[in-house]
Amino acid sequence: MTQHTKPPQTPAEEALVRSYGDVVGRLHGTPEITRNRDDAIEMIKASGLPTRRNEYWHYTDLRTRLRSFAGVAARPDRNVAVEAVNPREKLVDATRLPMFNGHYFTDLADNLPVGLDVQAFSDNADGGCDVSAWVPDLKNEDFIGTLNAAFFRDGLKIRLEENAVLERPVRITNMMVGETPAFSAVRHLVSIGKCAKATFIQRNAAPLQSANQTNAVTRLDIGEGAEVLWFVVHEGGKDAVDLSQIRVSLATDAKLTLYIMNAGGKLVRQEVIVDVAGEGADFQLRGVNLLAGDSHTDITMVVDHRVPDTTSTQIIRNVVLDRAQGVFQGQIRVYREAQKTDAKMACNTLLLSDEGGFSAKPELEIFADDVQCGHGATVTEIDSGYLFYLMSRGIPELEARGLLVKAFVAEIIEELDDDAFVEALENKLDNWFAENG
Amino acid sequence: MLEIKNLHAKIAEDGTEIIRGLDLTVKAGEVAAIMGPNGSGKSTLSYILAGRDDYEITEGDILYDGKSILGMDPAERAAAGLFLAFQYPVEIPGVATLEFLKTALNAQRRARGQDELKIPEILRRVKEAASSLEMDMAMLKRPLNVGFSGGEKKRAEILQMKLLEPKMCVLDETDSGLDIDALKVVSEGVNALRSPDRAFLVITHYQRLLEHIVPDSVHVLYRGRVIKTGGKELALHLEEHGYADVIDEAA
Repeated sequence: MTQHTKPPQTPAEEALVRSYGDVVGRLHGTPEITRNRDDAIEMIKASGLPTRRNEYWHYTDLRTRLRSFAGVAARPDRNVAVEAVNPREKLVDATRLPMFNGHYFTDLADNLPVGLDVQAFSDNADGGCDVSAWVPDLKNEDFIGTLNAAFFRDGLKIRLEENAVLERPVRITNMMVGETPAFSAVRHLVSIGKCAKATFIQRNAAPLQSANQTNAVTRLDIGEGAEVLWFVVHEGGKDAVDLSQIRVSLATDAKLTLYIMNAGGKLVRQEVIVDVAGEGADFQLRGVNLLAGDSHTDITMVVDHRVPDTTSTQIIRNVVLDRAQGVFQGQIRVYREAQKTDAKMACNTLLLSDEGGFSAKPELEIFADDVQCGHGATVTEIDSGYLFYLMSRGIPELEARGLLVKAFVAEIIEELDDDAFVEALENKLDNWFAENG
Repeated sequence: MLEIKNLHAKIAEDGTEIIRGLDLTVKAGEVAAIMGPNGSGKSTLSYILAGRDDYEITEGDILYDGKSILGMDPAERAAAGLFLAFQYPVEIPGVATLEFLKTALNAQRRARGQDELKIPEILRRVKEAASSLEMDMAMLKRPLNVGFSGGEKKRAEILQMKLLEPKMCVLDETDSGLDIDALKVVSEGVNALRSPDRAFLVITHYQRLLEHIVPDSVHVLYRGRVIKTGGKELALHLEEHGYADVIDEAA
């Protein structure tokens, strides 16, 4: 056995441990929760930030990339929260469940539709709300879960009743307000009853120039025959860090379509861990990475097909400008029992700069013999034939290039058959191109 | 309107010379047909006129309205009134057809110093043009040319030509891939645009198209040069006898 000398703590690691010490007395929870927090921070102290030597973090070496760790954000005054309306906040008309600096403001939430129940951890910290009952396996791979276990301040337990169909989407936001960059961690536990149907939007919002650091871990359990459309939108400021995770379990005939849109932030990693556990279940992932500046953006996905007759498709589209770097790690595991699995994965990158880059790492682990699985990754530039065609109709070169870049990602946005969402996401595309193009 | 003088051009990538001393003049109001065997440079000529940068002009000039267009990019040429109906219109996923039509129309208007058109007016014009070409508006809601049949693509090219109202129209084998009914509709679309201040260069393999779009002049292109020029009866002669005797005569 090789003995590794433990490397010295980085400034970010030191700051992380210090932040915990500063705040631990003020974090909610029963003695058991506090014990879990302590275990998590001990784990982080012992292993440090994950590095490239850790396979799961190979393309996102957190030890070198995470240069600092901000202090834990305080609960803002109510009036500060009320005034902190971000113009980029509005995606579509929705039932709002607003958090500010990682704290839920029950009285600022919209009235809940019939069938939807929401409890905040902070209102039931004595154990009445079991948002904390789930503890991640503390291990170095799951740094995001471990960080969350140590620091989570608040979170929502959301339950949708059987057969409930929500007309309006539900929007869960965590808006960072205040002058100094700060860190916040939230955790949500969402369960969707049998045959229920709903759309959720989850996003972090912050002033454009801010260097906030955010962490969200969401567990989403989708019941038999239920259908969920879930959006994750990252639009952090130029120096923002977001390390988040969504863990999904799909029951028989359940369906999840997950749209991830990354259009901001300096360092972003979104982990997607999906357990396709019920026969007939279907998981769809669509990812749009709009990468510019010096940013580093990572979508890491693990999908387990455990039972027969399940399907999944993942399509990731990336536009890379400047010196931006992107990562997609997609792992599909098909268990021995999971016959007739149909799983497809594609990662397509439009590379518009010589200095940018994108790393795609598809992995298929298949233990069943009667399955259809495939993956493909492409990196392209703008097609000269397309460009010539558009220009031959009088569209000037820059405008034609803009149309083609937009088209590259719009293709997967237009799959949504909801006009309001298509329009909202295309507006986001336009905004991003206007700021970065 | 269009004057091609001693044009020489090669493929930029490998230096193969395709156009070798081509001379051709098309006057305002004229419909000129270009015929010629495979590989004679017909499609290359159409791309060069539209400004595709895969080709390098080594000698000669192209004058449009008396001015050289060699220094203009494809968008500038289009805004000046030049239009190429592609032999193989490209499918562009993700670009909605209507959005594309609006962008092209308004980009050209902007370049000419005209006011941009509002969406209702654009829709009205598109509807009118589509109905004259017997095209379904539902098709135009799809991404540009995606999933269109060969015939639908050709109709869509003529639809764009109607909307953009160019002065010099180059039609590259617009008849290929069309059945007889579609050929009729497309030809009628072209004929409706014939006017004393608009010229056409119709590139085709077959006399068939020229029965519908009757040309004022017919030019035979062979190995990158015009080797014979005549009236519409020249097309009939070629249909009957092939290119052999014309080529022999020129050699």
